Formats: sequence, structure tokens, C-alpha cells
Amino acid sequence: MSRLGALLGREIALAWGKGGGPLVTLGFYAGVATFLPLAIGPEPTRLAAIAPGAAWVALALASLLSLDRLFERDYEDGALDLLILSPIPLELTCLAKCAGQWLATGAPLALAAPVAAIALGANPELAPLIFACALLGGVAFAFIGGIGAALSLGARRGGLLTAVIVLPLFVPPVIFGGGALDAFSTGLPWKGGFAFLGAYAAAALALGPVAMAAACRNALS
Amino acid sequence: MTWAPAFLSNPERFMAFSRWAAPMFGVIAAALAAWGLYLGFTAPEDYQQGQTVRIMFIHVPAAQMSMFVYLCLGVASFLSLIFRHVLADAAAQAAAPLGAAFTFLALVTGSLWGRPMWGTWWVWDGRLTSVLVMFLLYIAYIALRASMDDEQKAARAGAILALVGSINLPIIHYSVEWWNSLHQGSSLFAKGGPAMATVFLVPLLLMSLAYMSAFGSLWLVGIRGEVWRRRAEAAALRAAQA
Repeated sequence: MSRLGALLGREIALAWGKGGGPLVTLGFYAGVATFLPLAIGPEPTRLAAIAPGAAWVALALASLLSLDRLFERDYEDGALDLLILSPIPLELTCLAKCAGQWLATGAPLALAAPVAAIALGANPELAPLIFACALLGGVAFAFIGGIGAALSLGARRGGLLTAVIVLPLFVPPVIFGGGALDAFSTGLPWKGGFAFLGAYAAAALALGPVAMAAACRNALS
Repeated sequence: MTWAPAFLSNPERFMAFSRWAAPMFGVIAAALAAWGLYLGFTAPEDYQQGQTVRIMFIHVPAAQMSMFVYLCLGVASFLSLIFRHVLADAAAQAAAPLGAAFTFLALVTGSLWGRPMWGTWWVWDGRLTSVLVMFLLYIAYIALRASMDDEQKAARAGAILALVGSINLPIIHYSVEWWNSLHQGSSLFAKGGPAMATVFLVPLLLMSLAYMSAFGSLWLVGIRGEVWRRRAEAAALRAAQA
């Protein structure tokens, strides 16, 4: 357990260490959120209608950003070889890496999501649900994204490839979270979509590490 | 059908079998397509859809194949990942562009059919969107394989992605349906038998079989091409080392 804790601490330290990776992601998120009114027009009614969905889509895109370094960094400097040799199963190592990714990037993004949505004109009552969706969806984005990051190890054009692999797999969480937000803002029952989002996140948490570990072993074979 | 992979897993036997089977399936596909198209174009106009109902004979089988080919891709990837069989990998590699082509055909014909029927080229409807996502899954698989130089690594990475995609496919499909659906329900697999007149049903089934045999033929040709390419590369390597 202490080993896993150390691994988790290492991941978070690495994410925050050089260049403040999560801050870059937050900056990107703020940038995308700023672009929307510039492109769509500043009329409050039009913006308010799309605000929760737009904040949600920007979140999915922003969580793609830091993925390419998740495994690539350790692959390049040889740390991944050592992690495979360690007594911790590689599956658990991948789980810790993605959990670190979620804590370092997903959680700050979840804090920023309600701010972005309200700035775009969403009803402030939505804020807790946006935060909860972003936190839960962040688990799905981190663990599904980790699969894409691990699969594109050793490939040319790694970062872009990760996005191409991962985006179709992001469809269900984007739909479930967006559906819950939309239902809440129109006064419909929203718990179904939220529960589906949680189910998808749980499945990604359980199955993602297996695929990631297989992909890492393949990349280092 | 469990004997088929076992029998064909021997590359020599596979090459001997596919040498005849590939053109045979091709001839069957051409004959069935000719028959199906003839019946399709001589069928009476639909009372609602008019002439455009004939797009169905090209569109619906393509949409069916987009799913079926991904299933083939998933099974071939599973066999290649577990048994590390070269032919299974060649099969997965050959299936992906075919599946992408069928999916693309389904999207284009669907769009052409949507224009006169719904008055728009595209609607963000559940089934259209899930086929589009399916197309993106094929593109992801092809892109992943294409961007890796080491063939064995590309094969295994591709197989892992195809299996992840296969697990996700039903989830994506139902999530998109749950999200929004205006598309007409399936008429073929409706409760209480197909909800379609026989004049349309027969050519549709013929066209489905034609697409299936065309895929079988092209798939075998693709696998054969892949086997020959690998043999040529191995021969070139031996010649370079000698």
C-alpha cells in the first residue's frame, strides 16, 4: 500500500513539478471557454442555452491535453522498464498513474468547470452538478485516456494519435454527463444520466488498467 | 463454425483454400447483387418514399456490414492477441479498411437518402451518430497501426484497441440511442416478423447476402495480399542477410 502511495505521490509530483502541467491544462480550458462567446456571439440567451454543454465538451477536450505525457515520459527515460520490474503488478501501477492524472488534472478541471459554465451564463444552481459530473467524468476521461496514451507508446505522432484513439471512446461519458446537465437545467429527472456516467467511470476504472498494462508490456517487448 | 479457424489456421491450407474461395465468393456476390438490384429496381414505388426507397437496398446492407465487420475485426484481434497467430493478425489488418469502407458507404447513402426524406443531409440522430462513431473507431484502428514501424507491436497494440473498441461498441451504441433517436426503428428485426412488404424484403435480403459474400471475397483477397507481402519481406530480409 505504501508503495502504491509513493507511486501516486510521484505521479502528482511529476504532473505539478516541471512547468505546472495542470495549470497549462486549466489555461487551455479557459482559452476554449473564451473562444465560444467569440465564435458564437455574446448574446446571453444564446450562450446560456449552450453553457453547460459547452463547458462539458471543453472539459473533455482539456483532459486530452496532458494524456500524451502520462506514459511517454516514463517510456522515454526508462522509468517504465523499472516500473514493470517492481513487485507491484503493472495493472496497479497503471491504476495509480491514472489516479494521479485524475487528482492532478481532473480535479482542478472539475473546480474550474462550474466557473466556466456560470461565466458562459449557466444557471448557478447547476454548479454542484457540473462539479460532480466533472469529477466523476474525469475518472472516465483519465482511465479511457490512459488506454489511448499507453497504446500510442512508441508510435509516430503520439499526441495526435492518442486523441484520435480516445475521442470515440469518450462518446458515452460525454453523452451521459451532457444528458444529466441538460435534464437538470430543463427540470427533467437527471439522476439516470448521472448514474450511467458513474457506471461508465467504474467500468473504465476496473477494465482500463488491464488494457493499459497489456499495451505497456507490448510497447516494451 | 469452430472448425473453420482451426482448419484455416494452417497458412498453407489457408492459401490453398482462399485461392479458390476468394474468386468464388466474388462471383456469388456479383450474381446476388445483380439479382437483388434487378428485383430492387423493378419493385413498385413505395407509397410514401417513392423512388428513393431503392437507396435502401444499398444503404441498409452497408450499415449491417459496418457492424458485422467490426465483429470480425474483434474476433480476429482476440485470436491474434491470445494465440499470437499471424493469419489472425493479417485478417484483422485486412478487415479494418473494408469495414471503414462499408461504414463510409452507409454514411454517404444514408445522407443521400436523408435529403429527400427528412429534407436534410444530416441529422444528429442516434443511429446516424453511432455509425459515425463506428467510422471513427475504424479510423483510430487504422491510424494506430499505420503509425507504428514495428509490425509485431503494431499488431498487438491494434488488437488491444480493437478489443477495447468491441467492449465499448454496445455501450456507445446504446448511449447514443438513449441520447436521441428519430431514426425509423429496424423494420427487418421487428417483433412479429419483418415489417416490410415481400417485394422489398426479397431484394434487401439478396443484397445483404451479396454484401456479405463481397466482404468474404475481399477479406480473403486482403489476407492473401498481407501473407504475400510478409513473405516478400521475409525473403528480402533473407536475401539481404545472405
